[in-house]
Amino acid sequence: MKIVYPKEEVCMACRLCEVACITEHSRSKDTIKAYKKEKPAPLSRTLVEEIFPGLSVSVNCRHCSDAPCIEACITGAMHRKPDGRVVVNEYKCVGCWMCVMACPFGAIKRNQYKIEGQGARGKGQGLKIKLSSKCDLCPDRSIPACVEACPNRVMAYEERN
Amino acid sequence: MFFTMLYKTPTYYEFKVDRDDARCIRCQVCVRQCSYGSTFYDAEEDRIYNIDANCVGCHRCDTFCPTDCITIRRVGENFKENANWNAWAIRNLNKQANTGGILLTGMGSDRPHRIYWDNIVVDASQVTNPSIDPLREPMELKTYLGRKPDSIEIEEREGKVSLKTRLAPQLELNVPIMFSAMSYGAINYNVCEALAMAAENMGTYCNTGEGGLHKNLYKYGKNTIVQVASGRFGVHLDYLGVSAAVEIKIGQGAKPGIGGHLPGEKVTEEVSKTRMIPAGSDALSPAPHHDIYSIEDLRQLIYALKEATNYEKPVSVKIAAVHNAAAIASGIVRAGADIVAIDGIRGSTGAAPLMIRDNVGIPAELALAQVDERLRNEGIRNWASVVIAGGIRNASDIVKAIALGADAVYIATPALVSIGCTVCQKCYLGKCAWGIATNDPYLARRQNPEIAAERMSNLLTAWSREIKEMLGGMGLNAIESLRGNRERLRGVGLSDRELKILGLKHAGEGM
Repeated sequence: MKIVYPKEEVCMACRLCEVACITEHSRSKDTIKAYKKEKPAPLSRTLVEEIFPGLSVSVNCRHCSDAPCIEACITGAMHRKPDGRVVVNEYKCVGCWMCVMACPFGAIKRNQYKIEGQGARGKGQGLKIKLSSKCDLCPDRSIPACVEACPNRVMAYEERN
Repeated sequence: MFFTMLYKTPTYYEFKVDRDDARCIRCQVCVRQCSYGSTFYDAEEDRIYNIDANCVGCHRCDTFCPTDCITIRRVGENFKENANWNAWAIRNLNKQANTGGILLTGMGSDRPHRIYWDNIVVDASQVTNPSIDPLREPMELKTYLGRKPDSIEIEEREGKVSLKTRLAPQLELNVPIMFSAMSYGAINYNVCEALAMAAENMGTYCNTGEGGLHKNLYKYGKNTIVQVASGRFGVHLDYLGVSAAVEIKIGQGAKPGIGGHLPGEKVTEEVSKTRMIPAGSDALSPAPHHDIYSIEDLRQLIYALKEATNYEKPVSVKIAAVHNAAAIASGIVRAGADIVAIDGIRGSTGAAPLMIRDNVGIPAELALAQVDERLRNEGIRNWASVVIAGGIRNASDIVKAIALGADAVYIATPALVSIGCTVCQKCYLGKCAWGIATNDPYLARRQNPEIAAERMSNLLTAWSREIKEMLGGMGLNAIESLRGNRERLRGVGLSDRELKILGLKHAGEGM
């Protein structure tokens, strides 16, 4: 299947891929609103790993054929779509973060936020939400947002063997 | 960290970075892009601030800002108005009072020297001679650089005609535009590779400058002109052997009379291997070639290089345009050079003293007109091709240069601008935020050779289309027909003297 392959020789660590990812996974799809207004703030599902100076690369989900995160998931939230993408069902995810532990690439992020108001457990404490967050290859787009946003053509969205 | 000391030596910074806080999302893209330490993020305040004194106005941050919240403004024009003591003069004086050093700069002169291209207009066909539509008819831009024979002999054998005269080696150009000398070290490997890729792609040549040729770029050798300068950096038999032509650099338009200057900070491990000098040492080329003190000495070097390359490659000699350029060029041609390259006062550089860059030399247009005329008058114009450099900005400059007598032009600044350079003139710091004039691995990777080569190729493609359009308008279908055809040019607003030097009639005068 097609996934995102970064080319670390030309990654300049500008992190515009992260900005694009956050915008794409926001409710408003507006960069300024996504960062400044939206609560909970959307998380970037790609992370630019950097060893300063001279080495940086945008790390995101490899959608492994033998995905350890699916094996590790206790609720079946982490599952594979018929097209090969590995995605989280947020309604099933309980935030145990076994997938985070299992992922060999560190491509799964912990998404935790609080919903203010009457909580389910405590009174007036708000509701703590814990979810796994990972790359879904932008199902609404033909090319993932990070690939399109990269100014240095670092990322290739293609099929390789 | 914002205000480290209250008393500051006067620097009078040039730019102010305005940030629209309503749009700033604190993504810190600008912080990471700024290589001059002008932008920083204060985590305590959750705000991004600018140290305006460090801003060089390269526009890297505002180009990369995803929300367009940055505006860079010029400041300092609010000094007390004074035609002599303007902001430029006051800033420069203070820099020198602070450090006691020579003022350094990069790129070409920014002083308002007269640009003769802007005072020359081009002819077009009307009624009595038809113009040509390049979209419908073939148009030839192919150019050969090198010595042309005085006459040719033809042999006819069994009805087959063949050339009996042995032609001197030629460079074949698909477009009359070559990439000028930019050395590895002054620009980084990625940009060198991009230039070579673009040259190969467009069927033209790039020039290594005096920094040698990286081993990995030998594969582009057939599209590379290698330079032999006074420092002899990276010159060895393989280097000469892989090249398409060899260029002896006597002088450079940005700094006539002085040698190249690469600060030790830019001499990384790879640069040191290529230049064959210790890493971290300043690479200072001597001002003259210490084995050339006369035209006879130059002839020896030309023939030494021809001998070393088996007489298979043209040898070019590059000089800065100076007062006596025509006589010098005549000597160079008689010394055996196949190509004479002339670099005008507006030519660029990676590092030069400001006073020299802005004040030494003459405009390339005038030097070109004089060199071409002199070589014609002496009957040796065909012995060598003339290439000019220094201040070519667009396709019409090229058309005018060719009509004034050039065979081809060298461009460097347009190629760099096409890959992001904003001519901020800070090349000599080695911190180029656009990843061009730097060898810092963190910055150099900002140039993806694939994209850069594509953009440079696009530039040459666009220019060659424009040249064809202008040729067609003049009713010409080959660039050869325009070469040295000054009758197709007219001067506007030039004095009699300038017109005489340029060999042009004033606009309004007929054929």
